[in-house]
Amino acid sequence: MNRIDELFTRKQESVLSIYFTAGYPELNDTTHLISGLEKAGADLIEIGFPFSDPVADGPVIQASSHQALENGMNLDILFEQLLSIKATSSIPKIMMGYFNTVYQYGVDRFISKCATSGVDGVIIPDLPPEVYEKEYRQSFEAAGIHTIFLVAPQTTPERAEYLQALTKGFLYQLSMSGTTGNPVVGEAQMVVGEDPSVIPQTNGMPVMIGFGIHDHATFEMACRHANGAIIGTAFIRHLATLEEDGRQETRDIRQKTLDIRQETGDRGREIGEICKGFIDKIRG
Amino acid sequence: MSKSKYSPDSDGYYGEFGGAFIPEMLVPNITELRENYLKITESEEFIKEFHHLLRDYTGRPTPLYFAKRLSEKYQTNIHLKREDLNHTGAHKINNTIGQVLLAEKLGKKRIIAETGAGQHGVATATVCALKGLECVVYMGALDVERQAPNVTKMKMLGATVVPVESGNKTLKDATNEAMRDWINHPEDTYYIIGSVVGPHPYPDLVARMQSVISYEISLQLNTHIGRSFPDYVLACVGGGSNAAGGFYHFLENPAVKLIGAEAAGKGIETSETAATLALGKTGILHGSKSKLIQDSYGQVIEPYSISAGLDYPGVGPLHSYLQATGRCTYIPVTDQEALDAAMELTQLEGIIPALESAHALALLSKQTWNRSHHMVIILSGRGDKDMDTYSKYFSHESH
Repeated sequence: MNRIDELFTRKQESVLSIYFTAGYPELNDTTHLISGLEKAGADLIEIGFPFSDPVADGPVIQASSHQALENGMNLDILFEQLLSIKATSSIPKIMMGYFNTVYQYGVDRFISKCATSGVDGVIIPDLPPEVYEKEYRQSFEAAGIHTIFLVAPQTTPERAEYLQALTKGFLYQLSMSGTTGNPVVGEAQMVVGEDPSVIPQTNGMPVMIGFGIHDHATFEMACRHANGAIIGTAFIRHLATLEEDGRQETRDIRQKTLDIRQETGDRGREIGEICKGFIDKIRG
Repeated sequence: MSKSKYSPDSDGYYGEFGGAFIPEMLVPNITELRENYLKITESEEFIKEFHHLLRDYTGRPTPLYFAKRLSEKYQTNIHLKREDLNHTGAHKINNTIGQVLLAEKLGKKRIIAETGAGQHGVATATVCALKGLECVVYMGALDVERQAPNVTKMKMLGATVVPVESGNKTLKDATNEAMRDWINHPEDTYYIIGSVVGPHPYPDLVARMQSVISYEISLQLNTHIGRSFPDYVLACVGGGSNAAGGFYHFLENPAVKLIGAEAAGKGIETSETAATLALGKTGILHGSKSKLIQDSYGQVIEPYSISAGLDYPGVGPLHSYLQATGRCTYIPVTDQEALDAAMELTQLEGIIPALESAHALALLSKQTWNRSHHMVIILSGRGDKDMDTYSKYFSHESH
């Protein structure tokens, strides 16, 4: 059984998925982030593979993608990192990125690398479902790799039904139409909060809400309408701004991670502390 | 024009190129456009208003000028299609007039656009002023600096110019930002793309709006030389909109040879180039599958050209298809060759061309031509915006 399905069989509420950009802040943080998030209590991890032109992303994920590429991240390095943690990490993992990088890598090669590196699913926001169905669905399904599709607030019911028929694992419901990182500040702003009927009737297919979920309150809000939520930008921001956002809790985590760095030089422990600080804050 | 083998299929593909590789958030916008663009642009009301504005506002038809001294030099018959004489100084306004009418019919109140050299930005700001619509133009921060007069024009026309600081701060990055704006404003905003790029139906829509160029050439040649088609059409290709418009009505006539000039920058053997069709591999950028300059991992490589309007790592899917099928030939032209050609036209004919158009003129010296043949070169824009570059070049030359 695919580990994403296992997860939703086991747990139907308050499922927390965390996105990070592979290669950020440092090239070799991938394994530390995965084990850090896993230990801290994330249920699902989305590993973003960076692209030079991420049009669906806001400034925070853009900047992390840019930095990751500067650090030298590419799909070969990422698959090696994932392979190295495969034996010790059991959390379900989803690869997320833009289609051109997959296309150049070779879709079949990408799928087989996913399968051998312990990847359970993929999200490719600019791969049209029609193209997926015609050209790639069979290969993904044969390899047991789940493909998850996005559903936007403006998606028509007919199209949502079509997307649901193609998607495996869960449906990715956008809280609002926009690029990543526009914060949801109140339930009324979250389109799914205003009008729960826009969540497609999923016949048992789990639904995760993403985009704009950034703190305990918005996570709880999303969990009232779906099986759980996906957090990306807020986590990247947490990784990026530990030094400068000025809040006491951030300063505390910062101090702790600095101590770890100075005393042990252990990047894994340092990242672990950062992940724990974030997830504790979200879970509340 | 009726459905030809050079029109896209119902999913927007020219052979293997094209399509609509867009995130789900853009599907409603693109679906609305796809379902309406032909219905609206082929309606009598639209055609009437479009042609009225092209004639009385833009100044069409633009002349087809027989360049006598240039023809003597190259021992052939050269006709210049004077798109540089359009209002705002380039062919770009043909497309923005068409699309702003379409946006109006779709009930949109806010217009966004990307721009490189600023020509498309100015053409968009112009039609928005004409129609009283809000206008936001995304422009790479580097281009904002090097094309200052066009920035002033856009502001004067009431547009908001947003300098884009991401990436190389040029056209590609401006396009990314315009697409993000569109994703963030799904209801009220219409995106006027400036070239035959982007997701279906944009490549087809823009080619149709620009096809007036080859339509007029056909009529004008008939008057001038007694037949309605030339032996050659030459045009520069960045995204490829003036070339698409200049080739359009001749695509199905095998007697007409079509040649596109790409920006080679400092040479296709260097890393500073924008010659997509010479160097690119098939990939996906800005919503369509086409040739793309990229590394082996699919990261887009920042292009380079002296001409901001050709400084783009992709190309319209139609051109990738015309190249793949052998219908059209694309030749790289360096910065230096373009500058020399600009000087030559200026001194032989008294016409200062845009740097983009100078790439097409540079094709003249790349082969020998038949004395009895007739060729049309699309002079896509005028050189006013490039005076800084020209003056740097000539002060350098005189030392």
